[in-house]
Amino acid sequence: MTERIPGFSTLAIHAGAQPDPTTGARATPIYQTTSFVFEDVDHAASLFGLQTFGNIYTRIGNPTNAVLEERVAALEGGTAGLAVASGHAAQVIVFHCLMRPGDEFVAAKKLYGGSINQFNHAFKNFGWNVVWADPDDVSSFERAVSPKTKAIFIESIANPGGVICDVEAIAKIARGAGVPLIVDNTLATPYLCKPIDYGADIVVHSLTKFLGGHGNSIGGLVVDAGTFNWSREGRYPMLSEPRPEYHGIVLHETFGNFAFAIACRVLSLRDMGPALSPFNAFLILTGIETLPLRMQRHCDNALSTAEWLAEHPKVAWVSYPGLDGDRYNSLAQKYCPSGAGSVFTFGLKGGYEAGIKLVSNVKLFSHLANIGDTRSLIIHPASTTHRQLSDAQKVQAGAGPDVVRLSIGLEDVEDIIGDLEDALATA
Amino acid sequence: MDHDSYSDTYIRGILNTVKSIAMVGFSPKENRPSYFAFKYLLERGYIMIPINPGQAGKQVLGRTVYAKLSDVPEPVDMVDIFRAPQFAVPIVQEALTLQPYPQVIWMQLGVRNDEAAALAETAGLKVVMNRCPKIEYGRLSSEISWMGVNSRTISSKRAQLSGRGIQRLSLNRTTMSGGATDAAERAIAKEAADRAAGEGDGR
Repeated sequence: MTERIPGFSTLAIHAGAQPDPTTGARATPIYQTTSFVFEDVDHAASLFGLQTFGNIYTRIGNPTNAVLEERVAALEGGTAGLAVASGHAAQVIVFHCLMRPGDEFVAAKKLYGGSINQFNHAFKNFGWNVVWADPDDVSSFERAVSPKTKAIFIESIANPGGVICDVEAIAKIARGAGVPLIVDNTLATPYLCKPIDYGADIVVHSLTKFLGGHGNSIGGLVVDAGTFNWSREGRYPMLSEPRPEYHGIVLHETFGNFAFAIACRVLSLRDMGPALSPFNAFLILTGIETLPLRMQRHCDNALSTAEWLAEHPKVAWVSYPGLDGDRYNSLAQKYCPSGAGSVFTFGLKGGYEAGIKLVSNVKLFSHLANIGDTRSLIIHPASTTHRQLSDAQKVQAGAGPDVVRLSIGLEDVEDIIGDLEDALATA
Repeated sequence: MDHDSYSDTYIRGILNTVKSIAMVGFSPKENRPSYFAFKYLLERGYIMIPINPGQAGKQVLGRTVYAKLSDVPEPVDMVDIFRAPQFAVPIVQEALTLQPYPQVIWMQLGVRNDEAAALAETAGLKVVMNRCPKIEYGRLSSEISWMGVNSRTISSKRAQLSGRGIQRLSLNRTTMSGGATDAAERAIAKEAADRAAGEGDGR
């Protein structure tokens, strides 16, 4: 009998979870506890020394969070995961394992505005220096690489402009430079695109968006693809050198192809502290069980809405990679053939003022700074999420003054379009 | 058997059958991977036998260290090779001088020697290469899932407690395949090919 390989929907429900060993509880229990008792001092020593698998303290690991970690790792095709308090925390944790003061990383300049802020400002205080490259000109990544470069960072589908990155081409550049490729896969989710299949070494997520999917919990996650050789050139001492925090353990030789996820847990999460609440992990896990159904509906609704907007007389342009003729349509066909996500932007002929009016007029769309909810969401980035960027950065990030961003939800598409129709009538 | 991959049934069968494991290349230093695996398997109830000529006669974790396999005065069910691939053939040759034969030759993660494997298989032994018994035990019992590691198994059956202390799960768990890690498998194969090419160049 050959072993059957389960499909994506099966993994979305089952990966990481099994009936509780003591109670038989079928849903994943919320292990709402700070700490876990030790059998004896030897057991405690083995746990603290990383010599055995198990739970110590919820800042380092928790059984509910662990189900979430394995679930997302399995969906992405990675060797291990680490859940943290937010998508931003996931990025801090990843870079803390890779960077030393004075090091550089290359990042696509079309990113979530919060990531642009984090890289330009918060990271600079650690001496982690971002060098920006243009995802529309892949060779700019090659030019941006220097001997100080420790990683390349992109989003598979970039927020907010509906930009699709050529992950495979950028992965080749990362491999040539001997650095890992980190892909933020938040907008695509592994249902639409699995970056590891195209050469990503690390995947990060804001679980807050489509994975959780219900707008009720903040969370983040790191997936280790198990593909990068951390010891080859000794440029990643957190993984390749004896760690004084753990009696001289070398994490890569000890944990092999899931060493990066372990390093993120035992060196970064342990000491930086952004742990995820097990209650949030439970809500996000429940969301993931329906991810395939939800993502397809999100994409179908988004395509219909984008097609309708493209015909509207007050709309100057629509940037949705799922539209025929969109500049990213061929990349969308390659990287996310089931759909181009549900977050996209469009421009109003009436500019900044028309944008403000539209977000005020809507009755079904919620005006807020999130994406990936069951509910349809609307925002005017120039006055909100991207407000702190310079005008030039706003335009670069796809958040100019006329731009409105939508995150299309799971309502009936007639109601979604109807709300926009009414609101545009007076915008 | 091509040794590129092993079914969970094959690995679980081995780890459920063997009782004594001689670890060749055991290090008594508590920050070394071999010490980690040794201690973990000892805590899971295996009779662990450390082999290291430089440490012969010493007691480590309550176990006597032997210089070589043929010095071990008790039956060895499995030989776990924690040495570089080029040492695998003489270790298998020595294992085949034992009476009775061990049932299994296991080469650690990163260790593959097809000549040594063929030698053992011809003598009727089972062989596992390029795997770690600690990781495989953790994966098949699902203990490793507590670290967020993709166990590559799923199950609708209750995990079984091992009955030995808390936070310890049994291998006797009913599973089917879970999420695959193809990219990591390809990377391992490429590393091995690069290593082989490197040796060919005399580097």
